[in-house]
Amino acid sequence: MATVIKVENLSKAYQLGNFGTGTVSRDLERFWARARGKEDPFLKIGEVNDRTKKGESDIVWSLKDINFEIEQGDAVGIIGRNGAGKSTLLKILSRVTSPTTGSVKIRGRVSSLLEVGTGFHPELSGKENIYLNGAILGMRRAEIKRKFDEIVDFAGVERYIDTPVKRYSSGMYVRLAFAVAAYLESEILVVDEVLAVGDAEFQKKCLGKMDDMSKGEGRTVLFVSHNMGAIMRLCSRAILLKNGSLNGYGSTSNIIDKYLRSDNDTSAIRKWDEISAPGDETVKLLEVYVHDEQYRPNESFDITTKVGITMKYKVLKETNIFTHGMNLFNSQGVNILNSHDVTSPIRKDKRKVGKYSSTMWIPGNFLSDGLINVGVAIFNQEPFYLHFQELDAVAFTVFDNLDVASARGNYVGEFPGIVRPILKWDTLSI
Amino acid sequence: MNKSEQESWDIEITPKNNLFDLKLKDVWHYRDLLILLVRRDFVAFYKQTILGPLWFFLQPLVTILLYNFVFANIAQISTGSIPAPVFYLAGTIIWNYFSDCLIKTSTVFKDNAAMLGKVYFPRLIMPLSIVLSNLIRFGVQFLLFLVMMAIYGVKGFPIHPNLYLLLFPLLIVLIAALGLGLGMMVSAVTTKYRDLSFVVSFGVPLLMYTTTVIYPLSTVQTKYPKYSWLIKYNPITVIIESFRKGFLGEGSFNWSLLGIACGAVFTILIVGAIVFNRVEKTFVDTV
Repeated sequence: MATVIKVENLSKAYQLGNFGTGTVSRDLERFWARARGKEDPFLKIGEVNDRTKKGESDIVWSLKDINFEIEQGDAVGIIGRNGAGKSTLLKILSRVTSPTTGSVKIRGRVSSLLEVGTGFHPELSGKENIYLNGAILGMRRAEIKRKFDEIVDFAGVERYIDTPVKRYSSGMYVRLAFAVAAYLESEILVVDEVLAVGDAEFQKKCLGKMDDMSKGEGRTVLFVSHNMGAIMRLCSRAILLKNGSLNGYGSTSNIIDKYLRSDNDTSAIRKWDEISAPGDETVKLLEVYVHDEQYRPNESFDITTKVGITMKYKVLKETNIFTHGMNLFNSQGVNILNSHDVTSPIRKDKRKVGKYSSTMWIPGNFLSDGLINVGVAIFNQEPFYLHFQELDAVAFTVFDNLDVASARGNYVGEFPGIVRPILKWDTLSI
Repeated sequence: MNKSEQESWDIEITPKNNLFDLKLKDVWHYRDLLILLVRRDFVAFYKQTILGPLWFFLQPLVTILLYNFVFANIAQISTGSIPAPVFYLAGTIIWNYFSDCLIKTSTVFKDNAAMLGKVYFPRLIMPLSIVLSNLIRFGVQFLLFLVMMAIYGVKGFPIHPNLYLLLFPLLIVLIAALGLGLGMMVSAVTTKYRDLSFVVSFGVPLLMYTTTVIYPLSTVQTKYPKYSWLIKYNPITVIIESFRKGFLGEGSFNWSLLGIACGAVFTILIVGAIVFNRVEKTFVDTV
């Protein structure tokens, strides 16, 4: 397959803060430095773009030294946290802005959908807007005319086609706009997270259309989304950006894995030394880790698989009976569940000095997707006495890759709820 | 893959444009967009108004009415043998075309930031669409001028259209190019520093008095022979005077002045286009 996009040493600097009187003198200084053939004094390469920390200079590198190549027909997902540089990369690829250094070489025409309905005029009818929007995206009039019926059909707004778009619902607006872009005759399609507004049925249709474009028509698709499910479904490869640098480029599942892990500082394994270990003079926590059915440590799990969480601890002196507990929290801090050990036989015995391991099993198709924080505790029940409780001990991620095996079935839209079990339904004709 | 194939890229995105590469081929490819934008401006102009396209007439009519009252009656500024309203209208429609082009072009990045920030098309399309939609407006006002000319001509006033009238297309191109060129220069600077847009908003109306919209050049030459060159060499003066000469038969026309004006206007246009071209790539980051 031929390379259609080649990105070389791409960097992009932005100036933070306000433009005002101070910036003029700086512009002059920069101009003077360049005129003498010196380096720009305000572009200090090397500072990391971390939006949470205050940097030394006002210049921030939104992209830094990016290199990659994309082959024809690939669907490539671009993922990363907010501020990682995804949108900047797309803006450069679609020629809305230009890089500070480096270059991008492209074979074929690029059409970009960074926003739905760019240039739509509320007073004009749907039909007029199709022509206007198509022209903005680079289509000739004849080309739009030829595809007009397909566009209207795909958008499903035939009835409203002569109505000004200001009377459209936001859903109709998005459908029409996406439809125009979808029928562009370009070799490369760049799509920012624009589908979040449409309803589930339409999102599915859009994803299907993009899938057709890359697999069926051999067109190249670049797709930014925070919806890992959509990326997983559509893209064969993914690019991970972190603080403006390329952090990974490879098969989608590996990259998503890497992204979800890098996103959180608490890992799925945590060990303590004797001194810092949570506990008291009788029980000390040694280790907590998240693992699969074969006890292999893992940090991200398919929603359909079983998750085990094990805590290892040391009993320092012979003690009365006690039991174990775990608390799960989701990324919004909602306490999903608490579980006390009421099943393992050993909990009824007096504990001898030594090391113990205790595992809680969470069935597949039970948790909802997202990040799960785990807290662990050991306590006496009667009378209640807490030996230790360690919140945020470990964390892991559950993802839903949108195949039909999870409780969402073949629905791909937003699917809220703090748990996602498959429940038994009885439906009869009565 | 062999080497020659590897080098054949359709698009290369690099930090800087070649200054003189105006991408006119791209602009040509997007000509349909140009037409649609002009149409959009035109339709959006009179949607939700009662008088609709009548506004195109109303504005110059009220203007010349006021000029007639202030300058011809109160200040008693002579307009030669030409009736004052026709004289003013000739100057006003040309001036309006120039100032509309200039003011609109100078804020083109700011006004269209939302759209230009989301999609690529040759940026030159935007100012060109402004020049074209104002041309439609000018055309309508020009019809008004012809009607008024005919009315006064029939009434027996000394209005003598002559062969200089053939210069009309050139004059239109000149005035449009001047507005466009200056506008592009201002727009390039105002993406980062807004100061110049304030200068434009109060400066342009004042600039009108340095051209011969409300007085004939001959009056200035007799009253202020020392400084009249300032007004005489102003390309807008040259254009207005040539226009009056052709349509009304009275005005100071001079081939060498027209030549100088042509040179000045095209220099401004080229410089404007180059400056614009330099800024268009990154204005999104600063506007």
